[in-house]
Amino acid sequence: MFEYAPAPESRSVVDLKPSYGLFIDGTFVDPTDGGSFKSINPASEEVLAEVAEAGAQDVERAVRAARKAYDKVWGPMPGRDRAKYLYRIARLIQERSRELAVLESLDNGKPIRESRDVDLPLVAAHFFYYAGWADKLEHAGFGANPRPIGVAAQVIPWNFPLLMLAWKIAPALAAGNTVVLKPAETTPLTALLFAEICQQADLPAGVVNILTGAGDTGRTLVEHAGVDKVAFTGSTDVGRAIARSVAGTSKKLTLELGGKAANIVFDDAPIDQAVEGIVNGIFFNQGHVCCAGSRLLVQENVADRVLESLKRRMAQLRVGDPLDKNTDVGAINSAAQLERIRELSDAGSAEGAERWSPPCDLPDRGFWFAPTIFTGVTQAHRIAREEIFGPVLSVLTFRTPAEAVEKANNTPYGLSAGIWTDKGSRILWMADRLRAGVVWANTFNKFDPTSPFGGYKESGYGREGGRHGLEGYLNV
Amino acid sequence: MSERVAVRKTYKLFIGGKFPRSESGRSYLVQSSNVSLASRKDARDAVVAARAAVKGWAGATAYNRGQILYRAAEMLEGRREQFVALGIPGDEVDAAVDRWVWYAGWADKLAQVYGGANPVAGPYFNISAPEPTGVVAAVAPERPALLGLVSVIAPAIVTGNTVVVAASATEPLAAVTLAEVLATSDLPGGVVNILTGAITETAPTLAAHMDVNAIDLTGVTDAALATDLEVKAAENLKRVLRPAPADHDWSVDPGLDRMTALLETKTVWHPKGV
Repeated sequence: MFEYAPAPESRSVVDLKPSYGLFIDGTFVDPTDGGSFKSINPASEEVLAEVAEAGAQDVERAVRAARKAYDKVWGPMPGRDRAKYLYRIARLIQERSRELAVLESLDNGKPIRESRDVDLPLVAAHFFYYAGWADKLEHAGFGANPRPIGVAAQVIPWNFPLLMLAWKIAPALAAGNTVVLKPAETTPLTALLFAEICQQADLPAGVVNILTGAGDTGRTLVEHAGVDKVAFTGSTDVGRAIARSVAGTSKKLTLELGGKAANIVFDDAPIDQAVEGIVNGIFFNQGHVCCAGSRLLVQENVADRVLESLKRRMAQLRVGDPLDKNTDVGAINSAAQLERIRELSDAGSAEGAERWSPPCDLPDRGFWFAPTIFTGVTQAHRIAREEIFGPVLSVLTFRTPAEAVEKANNTPYGLSAGIWTDKGSRILWMADRLRAGVVWANTFNKFDPTSPFGGYKESGYGREGGRHGLEGYLNV
Repeated sequence: MSERVAVRKTYKLFIGGKFPRSESGRSYLVQSSNVSLASRKDARDAVVAARAAVKGWAGATAYNRGQILYRAAEMLEGRREQFVALGIPGDEVDAAVDRWVWYAGWADKLAQVYGGANPVAGPYFNISAPEPTGVVAAVAPERPALLGLVSVIAPAIVTGNTVVVAASATEPLAAVTLAEVLATSDLPGGVVNILTGAITETAPTLAAHMDVNAIDLTGVTDAALATDLEVKAAENLKRVLRPAPADHDWSVDPGLDRMTALLETKTVWHPKGV
């Protein structure tokens, strides 16, 4: 591989405190009955900060603060004023984007190129987009007088910490709800910096509350009787448990869960572009993407050509320091996730698929996994059925469009799909038949605040983004 | 001269476009008739029929679905006196016909109202459109037996879903007669399947069925049963419509909610370029 000199982004822009409290009712407070845990840099295993773990009484305090803010301030506030707070937040995010991007890469392990060029611009754009809805809700197509729901409990994952926060908080606040949000235990830091941004924006106390913690904190929060709305992004198993826990209540629920997307390459596709799309589909964000194109379905007569080109391209991927601006693939987010990726990859080999990775030096410290593809995969293999959530691609072949549809839909998930072909009518024919909430044709992993995102089947329900994203936060 | 002896009707289930008795061979006496008492197996058979009908019905043009639903309204209107004879008030029959016509008209309009182009920040064509979620299991309200049933079935099927519906247990005759309406409306077999009997027997099977995509609990009045059904539905993350409040007024404009709750939004991206 061509040698590049290191081009590290400076981390001096980030001013980390040694420890952080919970953000309740506009201020940082120590937990009442919780504990604390450490957030580490997955690229070095260095401790970044000590973070509070919210207990049941802290959840109680936060929900009460959110309720008070909803009743007294945010609910009665005219939409145009809510809009102005959200615009302020969007601007503050843009102004502090470098700081947020570096902290995101430190805490999550994703390449700075992605946090800087993808995550942060989308975060700001999301707040900007929903800010404009706050005073136009009666025109959103949900009737003449759509009302907010109340207090929203929101639990988000570690793969896009700040972007998932934006997807949750921006529409909730625009619609007039107040929120209690729990970031993932391995990536709490940018949410806490966002809390500082809420203070800087003079957002009224209690409108946004951030509770750090792990699964127990999340469970206590979504099961709290004072919560009117639950929004969760994460694994399908946890989503199922939440769906059970809200049964029999009046809580409104939206879920954005796992995926096992097919990325389908036809023989008339421009191969070089398709290979870029395949690489982006599975190696973007280390494959920690619920809509990742983790099953490559390639038409049999071009499979050899596509694979040869794909391997050549994979050999050019730079794996390493997330803060280096040349890095393509960063660190795996946690030891637990690395273990999961290893376990499923070993199952791929054990079940008879052929494993390949480019030669690739991995750092000694931290959590790393080389970009990997499996060929000779059948639909029965675990690596073709289970979400790996890592940089591991399973390659299957097909002969006819009908067979491609059959295989693509042969999964309990239905979040996304990709189609690569030069033939327009085939794109539309395929798009009609793929049971997935987002279909990328001759592109992959594109996101926009105006574009609804969410799954079919066991990938969850409800949509985030666009006009549709308001629906989950309104009583219509 | 002796008086003519009437030919009585056998009230049976409606599955896959046919009128079978319950496979269990059971019936129950209600409204002075023996009505099929559907079993768990009947519920599973109905899901199989509903699933088989999805491809054709969801794949039909919206115009065609609208035509067929309108045809059903015509047939319903023609049997007005038959429903009245079963004890359904005349104005309820009228309201049911009107509701059916209202939903029929949505077939080729909802995608325009509920979907559309998204102005993404980049050189991409991006469009969102609603699609049917698939097989819907529904519990119709006990009362009003006809208007409630129509208000549950029509919004589910107009967008391309197929449905298995548990009819009012205490007034099932209108449901069986509605099945005769649907059977003579060019509605493909399996798009609507109607089970009569006890919902405590059929609904748990439908709620737990892994080939059902959504469950509409509108007619469930027992809170414990509703919770149990919602818990079962979580296993494959079915879309859930919660029970209607006891004082729900079925005569008011239903809005879009019952349709949109049973839809998926699909968003398609494509680059623009030369």
